[in-house]
Amino acid sequence: MGVANTDADGDEAMRKTGSDPEFRAVRKTGSDPEFRVGTYLGVVLVAAYCLAPLAWQLVTSLRPPAELTTLPPLLPTRVTLEHYAAVFTGHPFPRMLLNSFIVAAGATVIALAFGSAAAFALTKMRARGYGVLLAIVLATSMLPPIATVSPLYLLINALGLRDTLAALILTYSGFTLPLAIWVLTSFLRQLPDELYSAARVDGCTPRQALVRVILPLAAPGLAATGLLVFIFAWNEFLYALTFTATERSRTVPVGIALFPGLHEVPWGEIAAASLLVTVPVFVLVLLYQRRIVEGLTAGAVKG
Amino acid sequence: MAAIEFDGVGKRFGAVTVLDGLRLTIAEGEFFTFVGPSGCGKSTTLSLIAGLERPTSGRVLFDGEPVDHLAPRDRDVAMVFQSYALYPHMSVAENIGFPLKLRGAKPPEIRTAVAEVARRLGIEALLERRPRELSGGQRQRVALGRALVRRPRVFLLDEPLSNLDARLRLEMRAELKRLHAEYRITTVYVTHDQEEAMALSDRVAVLNAGRVEQCGPPLELYHRPANLFVAGFVGSPPINVLDARYVPDLALPEGTSVDDVVVGVRPVDVRVTATSSEPRALAAEVLLAEPTGDEVWVVGRLDGQQIIGRAASDAVPIPGSTARFELARERLHLFDRQSGRRVA
Amino acid sequence: MSRLLQRIGERPAAFLAPAAIVLAVVTFFPIVYVLWLSLTHYSLIGDAPTFAGIENFARLFADRRFWNALGNTLYFTVVSVALEVAVGLGFALLLARPFVGRAPMRAVVLLPWAIPTVVAARMWEWMYNGDFGVINYLLGTETNWLGDPVWAMHAAIVMDVWKETPFVALLLLAGRLSIAPELYQAARLDGAGAWRSFRHITWPLLKPLLLIVLIFRTIGAFRVFDAIYVLTGGGPANTTETLSIYAYKVLFQALEFGYGSAIAVAVFFCVAIITAVYVQLLKEAQR
Repeated sequence: MGVANTDADGDEAMRKTGSDPEFRAVRKTGSDPEFRVGTYLGVVLVAAYCLAPLAWQLVTSLRPPAELTTLPPLLPTRVTLEHYAAVFTGHPFPRMLLNSFIVAAGATVIALAFGSAAAFALTKMRARGYGVLLAIVLATSMLPPIATVSPLYLLINALGLRDTLAALILTYSGFTLPLAIWVLTSFLRQLPDELYSAARVDGCTPRQALVRVILPLAAPGLAATGLLVFIFAWNEFLYALTFTATERSRTVPVGIALFPGLHEVPWGEIAAASLLVTVPVFVLVLLYQRRIVEGLTAGAVKG
Repeated sequence: MAAIEFDGVGKRFGAVTVLDGLRLTIAEGEFFTFVGPSGCGKSTTLSLIAGLERPTSGRVLFDGEPVDHLAPRDRDVAMVFQSYALYPHMSVAENIGFPLKLRGAKPPEIRTAVAEVARRLGIEALLERRPRELSGGQRQRVALGRALVRRPRVFLLDEPLSNLDARLRLEMRAELKRLHAEYRITTVYVTHDQEEAMALSDRVAVLNAGRVEQCGPPLELYHRPANLFVAGFVGSPPINVLDARYVPDLALPEGTSVDDVVVGVRPVDVRVTATSSEPRALAAEVLLAEPTGDEVWVVGRLDGQQIIGRAASDAVPIPGSTARFELARERLHLFDRQSGRRVA
Repeated sequence: MSRLLQRIGERPAAFLAPAAIVLAVVTFFPIVYVLWLSLTHYSLIGDAPTFAGIENFARLFADRRFWNALGNTLYFTVVSVALEVAVGLGFALLLARPFVGRAPMRAVVLLPWAIPTVVAARMWEWMYNGDFGVINYLLGTETNWLGDPVWAMHAAIVMDVWKETPFVALLLLAGRLSIAPELYQAARLDGAGAWRSFRHITWPLLKPLLLIVLIFRTIGAFRVFDAIYVLTGGGPANTTETLSIYAYKVLFQALEFGYGSAIAVAVFFCVAIITAVYVQLLKEAQR
């Protein structure tokens, strides 16, 4: 079929030559000037497509309130940070940022801990249930969130967890576990089985082998999974909307969606808040884009 | 040190039976080898001793005590894997010290023990390196170090030399023999190379499709093979198996006729000359001659059967000519044609 | 006793248990519960739930608003997924070419996918603003995009396409890059141009991955909620009301948990059918 495994070769090539391995996977027609111009033009186009709305939001957030409603000019005459200040002083926004962070971090920790234990059992301990796992992953990815929001709402209420962060952490862990187990299984499979045997003979209990031998070697997989889970939890809206009632547990997406405005919609502040929310995500994506793509494609391309 | 006993051990993976009714005892301090072709179940015996697998039937005992319920960590066995299975994220020193660390030894103790083992194996210079920076031979020494550092009761080796080049293999073979003489740990070794098995072991068990064909000291297997399989497996070049009719004046045991048996004779016991004074020598067409230093192995064909013999290096018969193959009478083995079992 | 616990703790089941328990609570139990709820009359501000059999589903069939929502959802799904795949494929092929700056580009392309949907929705809401929006400015129009019954749905589609196309592009890019370059080199030697290369090498080899991407995006688009909630809330005049929005309103505004659950179950059912169709297509593609 002619499909090669770019990831492994890629890393190998990267170490040896220091250059981007995906370069090598594509035919070299770089000498053709028309081609190159066309390519870079296209790349700029794609970048513009992705960044333009965000750029406009940035401009909006720095625009003085008076100029918000005037177009032209496109660019403001002066730059102001008052919208950002207003976001922090007038609203419970910092609280919501904190909530989002706690929820996302909590869900990530649980998904990684439970997920790696399960993936470990399935790949190294030879627990049966791989077919079941596959079915579960497919089923939960099919499951529309709206379908389970009503029963979970009743359950959360019954447990007295309405308007708590714990409700969201639990729910998000549950939603991301199938994906986490799936991605981690594909990473753990690549580790030789003899490593686990050697660890057991050397004196490890299964738990010690997992923690001291397997997980350190699966670090890239853990990173990829953790990033995906964190981003999912950070961005989730429907359940945050349903389970939270006050800023005690409100997360950022809910805050942005329900941004209060007495008479007019405070577009400047909304823009500022939006960008503030985007910053952590942007940082993560910038630092770890390779890992994120690895995680995303572990399921689709290889699976 | 422990004596290991297999008491009627069988192992099945799903529908495939890998071991069947294994019954033998490995003595304390012995160097014991399981040898056999691929898939005969020899690696599985190691897994059973180590506790990585449980027997489907029968029991494994250490010093008379059943161990099947014990996890590998509680059996005090050490193992060297075919791929060495060194931990890539740890340094050599950490790899070797790992078993001690798991047992709760203090860092100073670990350091001393690791240094001593490293010195013994000649790898002190490598202690801070990572496994991926080492050559095959060095990795193997690290694997040995990790296994020996805690003086286990039982020492298991799964084809440890098969990934090394020929010269290194001989060096390590001598090293293993030295280590065994020094540490005297009960050692169970697995290989498909019969020469290796013969050179290293106190006793050898030849496995075929999950059953023991013969078990005994190497020379016993060589001189008195229990059946055709063992005779053909042990010894290089492989034993000649001839129709009994081609061997005149054969001394047959009571009750057997020429049609019931086949004759086995090792190439080293067959002398090949261009002409021969011996009247009972066989005449065969020479196919080719393989010189190996002092000896020359001559392959001949006799009525469709192949026969290999030894010629002196200064009197090598020419391929295509007819030569005389003289069988050493007192070195003949007789096997039952049907069962392959030894008759005389 | 502690020895026994230790032994149990070393079994594979102990490693699977934590994940299994969480999944049971958050996924399996709710599925069963929602099925039961859909068979009840259950108002949160009323009395205890009463069994109603399939009455809710009968009501569903007669409910014009339900069919409107279904139609909206299907329209949204088909159009946005088609656009996402077309544009995504184009981006993927473009980004597969050699150029400097691949890593930063990857980050840029991931951004729309990575930001919360509601944030993206508010962003576009501002751009779509009838009075001060930059889109009207750039196009020279004065349309109230989100308030116009004709345009609202399409405005929502455009926003969703903007957000999801990068994900499609990245996945297809990974697939495209995993095709051995020798195949293309051989094609070039045979005199094949760009279109021929695409048609005979790229397209057939990408098809399985394309199907997988299609499955995920179709299901994702069908379930759309966040974007619509922020952009239009389902209006104007229910022209953008999708199934999830309708279900949400029934559940948490009308507080009818029985009927709302029935709608949710209907959504689940539709998604299951879609998946089954795709899986069938996938099997055929792999043959």
